[in-house]
Amino acid sequence: MPELAEQIECYSVVIAIGGIPVRVNTSDAKFRELLEKRYAGFVAAGDRAEDRAEFEFDVELDPPALIDPDIDVSVTCHAGRWFLSRGDFRAEWDPAARRGSIRQSANPYSIDAVLRIVHTLLLAKQGGFLLHSASAVRNGKAFLFAGVSGAGKTTISRLAPPDATLLTDEISYVRKLDGSADASGKAGYAAYGTPFTREWAERGENISAPVAALYLLAQGPENRIDPVTVAGAGRGLLSNMLFFAEDQDMVQRAFQAACDFVQNVPVFRLTFVPDARVWELIG
Amino acid sequence: MTIETSSKTYVARSPRVAARMLGQEMLVMSGTDSTLFTLNPTATILWQAADGATPLHEIVERRICADFDVKPEEAMRDARALTEDLAQHGILLTSEQPLATASPAKEPTRP
Repeated sequence: MPELAEQIECYSVVIAIGGIPVRVNTSDAKFRELLEKRYAGFVAAGDRAEDRAEFEFDVELDPPALIDPDIDVSVTCHAGRWFLSRGDFRAEWDPAARRGSIRQSANPYSIDAVLRIVHTLLLAKQGGFLLHSASAVRNGKAFLFAGVSGAGKTTISRLAPPDATLLTDEISYVRKLDGSADASGKAGYAAYGTPFTREWAERGENISAPVAALYLLAQGPENRIDPVTVAGAGRGLLSNMLFFAEDQDMVQRAFQAACDFVQNVPVFRLTFVPDARVWELIG
Repeated sequence: MTIETSSKTYVARSPRVAARMLGQEMLVMSGTDSTLFTLNPTATILWQAADGATPLHEIVERRICADFDVKPEEAMRDARALTEDLAQHGILLTSEQPLATASPAKEPTRP
């Protein structure tokens, strides 16, 4: 009797960003290789307890011809399920079931966008966020350098001294630490390395450290650090936060997370010239 | 010191926004399009007093005229313009009847 069902191979990659392992399943061996290469340094073994996936996504690959680059990102929630879409992908995610699905072509950019969105949603619930900022660890402390494109994130990353470890030159990952209020009652935050970067840029190291300060970047004629009002810090942080959801509850959470952060972490304006001596002011 | 009004206007904070007093400034973010607003001191007073039950002219009399050196009619005129502006941005709700949608304007509990 002939086989009625063809057995389909399933390949998995566990991608752990910000200490949150996410398993990605695919039936395409080449796509798995692509993921392993794209997320090198962030691929977990998956068989250790700490690497067991908290969430799982099944990826179904479409031909590239189905991509419509003109359709912008949309993130909505209905009955507890998240629906994510852009011209190059469609995804669903059920946080309660810890499962989701993604339809995309075999490229790393679509799943990268899905992971960024999923992490922003997860972080917002925990008081954390993704931020357009470079970040680095020096002397056991993390420093964030936020700014829009062209503000100098990549430049300050390249100027970092050898004793600084780069977490990212593009997208910083910030988590609120549970029960971490210090003697003054200030809450603590940790910054994690991320693989979220431009194609030609270097990935951050997959490590984390307590956040010591956030610097709002500005380029100018000299290296200097200036204080920022707490409201100015809030505006600066909010203008650089990554957030996609068209959902009022999540907007509220992201807003309050930003306000909590600037009330607990020192924020400064860092004006700098493209000169390594700027790092003498940091750390 | 009273303000003559032919009709009462009630104002309430929209439930579709997120707001927090940071330092001396009130930041308000639209929950629908994530636009961020920074309210000036007068708008902050108006925002905090907009409970949906207190008429606008009472807010102006008790809160704005009491805190600022301004004539009641002038304060009321400015408050109406400000209210319309904030309402256009979806930050405030206005009605000729009391509104029951506003929640108390209080600071969230600090961690």
